Amino acid sequence: MAATEILLAGFGGQGVLFAGKILAYCGLMDSKELTWLPSYGPEMRGGTANCSVCISDEPIGSPLVLAPDILIAMNQPSFDKFVNDVKSGGKVFYDSTLIESECTRTDIEIFPIPSSQLADDNGLKGGSNIILLGKVIKETGIFTLDTMKKGIEKVVPPSKAHLIENNFKAIELGMNN
Amino acid sequence: MAVVFERPKALIDVPTHYCPGCTHGIVHRLVAEVIDEMGIEGETIGICPVGCSVMAYDYFGCDMIEAPHGRAPAVATGVKRTNPDKFVFTYQGDGDLAAIGTAETVHAATRGENIVIIFINNTIYGMTGGQMAPTTLPGQITQTTPFGRDTQLAGFPVRVCEMLSTLTGTAYAHRVSVDSVPHVRETKKAIRKAFEIQKAKKGFSIIEILSTCPTNWGLTPSEAIKRLRDEMIPYYPLGVYKDTTEEGNK
Amino acid sequence: MERNLMKGNEAIAEAAIRAGCKCFFGYPITPQTELAAYMAKRMHKAGGVFLQAESEIAAINMVLGAASTGVRAMTSSSSPGLSLKSEGISYIAGSDVPAVIINVQRGGPGLGGIQPSQADYWQATKALGHGDFHLLVFAPASVQEMVDMVVKAFDKADEYRMPAMILADGLLGQMMEPVSFPEINPDAHDKNGWAANGHGNKREHHIINSLYLKPDELENSVTERFARYDMIKEKETDAELYLTEDCDILLCAFGATARVVKSAVNEARMQGIKAGMFRPKTLWPFPVKEINKASENARMLLSVEMSMGQMIDDIKLAINCSKPVGFYGRTGGVIPTPAEVLAEIKKAGGAE
Repeated sequence: MAATEILLAGFGGQGVLFAGKILAYCGLMDSKELTWLPSYGPEMRGGTANCSVCISDEPIGSPLVLAPDILIAMNQPSFDKFVNDVKSGGKVFYDSTLIESECTRTDIEIFPIPSSQLADDNGLKGGSNIILLGKVIKETGIFTLDTMKKGIEKVVPPSKAHLIENNFKAIELGMNN
Repeated sequence: MAVVFERPKALIDVPTHYCPGCTHGIVHRLVAEVIDEMGIEGETIGICPVGCSVMAYDYFGCDMIEAPHGRAPAVATGVKRTNPDKFVFTYQGDGDLAAIGTAETVHAATRGENIVIIFINNTIYGMTGGQMAPTTLPGQITQTTPFGRDTQLAGFPVRVCEMLSTLTGTAYAHRVSVDSVPHVRETKKAIRKAFEIQKAKKGFSIIEILSTCPTNWGLTPSEAIKRLRDEMIPYYPLGVYKDTTEEGNK
Repeated sequence: MERNLMKGNEAIAEAAIRAGCKCFFGYPITPQTELAAYMAKRMHKAGGVFLQAESEIAAINMVLGAASTGVRAMTSSSSPGLSLKSEGISYIAGSDVPAVIINVQRGGPGLGGIQPSQADYWQATKALGHGDFHLLVFAPASVQEMVDMVVKAFDKADEYRMPAMILADGLLGQMMEPVSFPEINPDAHDKNGWAANGHGNKREHHIINSLYLKPDELENSVTERFARYDMIKEKETDAELYLTEDCDILLCAFGATARVVKSAVNEARMQGIKAGMFRPKTLWPFPVKEINKASENARMLLSVEMSMGQMIDDIKLAINCSKPVGFYGRTGGVIPTPAEVLAEIKKAGGAE
């Protein structure tokens, strides 16, 4: 597998870094080379947050994703800012509850999913990010469901172990919508 | 013949560089006597300041570390935290402790670092030739206050014991003087008590010792002692400012 | 060996504890905060001391105190904090005390920014404080190297009785990568000959000191130290040479920038351009032999840095200005991209 470069972006507090961490741990579970790089700044909540994840069979050079193979966008500004950076042939996943796409690119595949709405409807508050990940693994095959579940188990801290089941539910919701 | 007076073992038998009439020698001796009496020279680490006592490492027989100017309480913190069973003291002047090292002093105290600070207050920077110190009295003439310390211009002296006694972490703050035999005896008692407090792991002690600097004051040693008594003690009243031991609670 | 996923900052802290670091003194600053937070959580359990100091100045002097007693001690900060630590570092060097100092660099000068930078190269390699002295400077380019170099820094600091620095940056500090911790046996360097930890009435008293009022005594102490530096220059240089045997253009980069450059070199090779990379892992001592070997067949060199070009003089000196040395850099927290570097390679006429 050549390097897969993934960019996740949204508001701080939407779980962008957390979702990126799950992808990173999936890479670890599959014995891949990987990097996870967050944007960091003085805004702790509510500002924009994004993170770069690279998954590869080879050692990774620059960990900063500038032209993603996969973009996961969780708010309008992030979608507008990064959609034109996606590599030709790349895939864009976004929360269609919060984002209206005006993208006219025909060289990329676009996968809208009403992840916020789905999360609310299914009692998975704050699970929009994980629903998007479910959609990502279904459409890209980058990780299996099994790997994703292992990744989630690694990232969710023991004090919040009761949330693991909800995360599994969210992944499956994303895969089936 | 019975020996009734000798050099403390914790003082190395070398001539010091201190000026005639300077009271550093008295205080060195008192610290060394306390170390001898407690039998702790082998377990003691002293921290020297930058100032006249910068070379105290050549005089004290225990292990010694030379700190950057004002940083002795931080260096002492590093030593004590990693060697909690050793005795650690700093020996600092007024410029070192109350000007450039104010932050280190205040925070070592407020953390309750289990160390002893021997603080020499002689109202002047001695080593550099007699400039204004944070403790220089109003009106006092120094190299950098040639017309006398003007409080409008240079502010007011710092009263260190009073300041540190407000901090919860301070266990013992005592201002003493070496202008007379009874005061010298009291100074030694205070130093001993500070080391005992450290032994009992009770926290931070500061012994502020009003001292002279005949050379930079431009006085003879006896005139200097007189100035200490007449001018300094009224401004810096002697006494225990804080004492958290049982004795202090009486 | 088990692979863990860790941020660079956390990996440094864990490696230090495993390397026998017994105390950490620090002060909060972005982007190294995770390091102190990790220490706060772990150090106590590991039987060591964590203390948040009142300032960078106090923190480095606490390191001086602890290290003077023979204990492995460390502090970490980011660029503005290093300026404050420079006083203590000079004293540590002048007192021949081993210590490890971490700089997770951010942009400067002044308050600068908080994004990754390499603009403290001069400070680290030339003048981290007043006086005639050096410190060992290691430049990791991955989280794994952060671990390996911290372990090495403690060993070499002890071996040569001098301060050692890990010169990282915000990118390396913040990123997560798989990392494994090798079996670490802290090298047992005998410190009984100099440590000021109480003589126990069994030996002469030890003095840790950097004051020499007689010029000839000070000169002797500095000369002795520089004889040690000569030995270090001979023995301790380290560098990665990547595709250098046949390279026409040799790119020179360290730390995070070297990752960007490696991506650009790979792309250049795919396009048939003979590019290679020299990556110093030690910045002081600078790998002179290694860069001469790497540049043997190169027509020119190109230094790529996250600064206005602070390493370029060392490169020119190392190769005795025998070949042209170009420069490409971004500063202020801007990270150069592989595409930009590739464009520079082409501009420089990188040949097939």
